[in-house]
Amino acid sequence: MSAAIETEGLTKDFSVGFWRPRPYRALDHLTLTVEAGEVFGFLGPNGAGKSTMLKLLMQLLYPTSGEARILGRPAGDAAVRQRLGFLAENPCYYDYLTAEEMLAYFARLFGYRGAEVGTRVARVLDEVGIGKERRLRLRQFSKGMIQRVGMAQALLNDPEVLFLDEPMSGLDPLGRRHVRDVILALRAKGCTVFFSSHILSDAETLCSRVGVLVQGKLVASGPLSEILAFELKGWELVVGCGPQLHAELATLARTVTPLSDGHVLLHLAPDAEPDRVVGELTRRGAHIVSLNPVRETLEDYFVQVVGATADRDASGVGA
Amino acid sequence: MRTIWIVAGASFKESVRDRVPYTMVVFAVLMIAASYLLSELTAGQDLKIVKDLGLAAMSTFGLVIAVFIGIGLVSKEVERKSVFGLLTKPVSRTQFILGKYLGLVTTLAVNLTVMTLAYYAVLFYMDVIATAGMRASWAAPALDPRQLVAIVLIMGQLAMVTAVALLFSTFSSPLLSALLTSGLWVAGHFNGDLRQFEQVVDQPAVAWIARALYYLLPNLAPFNVRAEVVYGLPVSASHVGFTLLYALSYSSALLVAAVAIFRRRDFK
Ligand SMILES: Nc1ncnc2c1ncn2[C@@H]1O[C@H](COP(=O)(O)OP(=O)(O)OP(=O)(O)O)[C@@H](O)[C@H]1O
Ligand SMILES: [Mg+2]
Repeated sequence: MSAAIETEGLTKDFSVGFWRPRPYRALDHLTLTVEAGEVFGFLGPNGAGKSTMLKLLMQLLYPTSGEARILGRPAGDAAVRQRLGFLAENPCYYDYLTAEEMLAYFARLFGYRGAEVGTRVARVLDEVGIGKERRLRLRQFSKGMIQRVGMAQALLNDPEVLFLDEPMSGLDPLGRRHVRDVILALRAKGCTVFFSSHILSDAETLCSRVGVLVQGKLVASGPLSEILAFELKGWELVVGCGPQLHAELATLARTVTPLSDGHVLLHLAPDAEPDRVVGELTRRGAHIVSLNPVRETLEDYFVQVVGATADRDASGVGA
Repeated sequence: MRTIWIVAGASFKESVRDRVPYTMVVFAVLMIAASYLLSELTAGQDLKIVKDLGLAAMSTFGLVIAVFIGIGLVSKEVERKSVFGLLTKPVSRTQFILGKYLGLVTTLAVNLTVMTLAYYAVLFYMDVIATAGMRASWAAPALDPRQLVAIVLIMGQLAMVTAVALLFSTFSSPLLSALLTSGLWVAGHFNGDLRQFEQVVDQPAVAWIARALYYLLPNLAPFNVRAEVVYGLPVSASHVGFTLLYALSYSSALLVAAVAIFRRRDFK
């Protein structure tokens, strides 16, 4: 398999400060490879440099040093752009054009002509769930509808590599479902998808590999299955019982949280032998509502990695 | 080339739908009508006043349109980030700038045509109601086709101002571009004075700066043949030819500069 996206020591400095400009490193020697056909989730807290990375890949920004290659050609290559799709963060298009007109405009820029333009535009609008609003001017669109139009324009040319900057932002649950389905369908077709997000549940369902960016540095990357060993962190047990049993519960569980209508939520340690606890409780007249294992999520991992980096930096400053 | 036309077509469509050009056309039409009403009060001189005010209105409103949408088309697009959508398509930055420029010049040409029609309609009406005696006192016939020469030169001037606006808008904010372009427009009309200034100062350095500015700043005075047209004086074909050639080369130089800046730019 050949690499769809490769970066080598990609670095971007912005100059900040008006009177005395100083460089601010938004992206720090990022070296990354995304294979063709992968769905790569680019994760990181606000201000980590995700959007900067995407703009460098699309050559909306020029790197301070390092290089980026897409489909084997340097980023910004005009012929390669024909095969790419891009959705910006908080996209914005032309207020005075209708959704249909704007997409037809972009379709023509991709070189489509005649009837092909109309069929492609109609198809992508269907795909992102924009109905008869497509005849409205974009200034009358809501944020989420613009986001959908943005997704539609990224799909116009059946891209081989798709770059999405926070594709789920501003979408309602249905819209998220649409985007998720679109990405899954693209993955099935072998399209490479590179998307930034901080919605980890999306990354968990979609990605084959993730990278975590903190303060411009890639602090972790790898297949989701390796990053998350799906380590068991404990059990969540919900039982229904009378108040006379509450004191007893405290001896069995790590935490006890009363819920509504007489139910109680118990957190058990990973080695708590839930069968034994359940047996004990039922013997004393409690009834079991649910029992679930708690495993490490991407969110735990994220909090752990980002937290560790922040701590290291804090101690670095102190030293 | 096809790409440039597609970009031009879309920006034409967008700027025509933006309300600015409409309001401007309405303004210009009102202005021409007002100049007609004004002339009613000053019997005898009327035709000259109508022509003078009408042509002045066209050039001024043309300028306002050029500045407003000229700047809007690029720097507003950069500021609002709609440029991301376009530049990530198979469109080079050069094609983007040239397409925007062509789209804008087309918008201006359409606007100027509308204003010209309104202008000639007023003149036609005056011609119809004029008595033979009034006609005899006119320096030039009401529907004198030579006025079109003045209008063509206004168009040349607007094309040049648009290139100025486009150049500024590739690197500065919309407001700053508007101010700079308007400033340059004013300077352009007094550019000829630099020539005289150069001859009266005795400091060689100052004279040199004056000369450099004279060549660098746009010289807009030759585009103004309003007085000649109003008084029925001849405007030579070579003057028109050279002036348009000047507009063409000056605009091309500005576009080359605009493209060079735009290509290097980061879009944050
Ligand atoms: N034009 C700019 N000038 C100076 N600094 C900038 C500029 N653009 C971004 N930065 C800085 O670069 C860093 C990375 O910004 P970037 O937009 O890439 O973050 P992000 O990971 O996309 O964040 P978010 O999740 O909030 O979208 C931030 O600290 C930001 O302050
Ligand atoms: Mg971002």
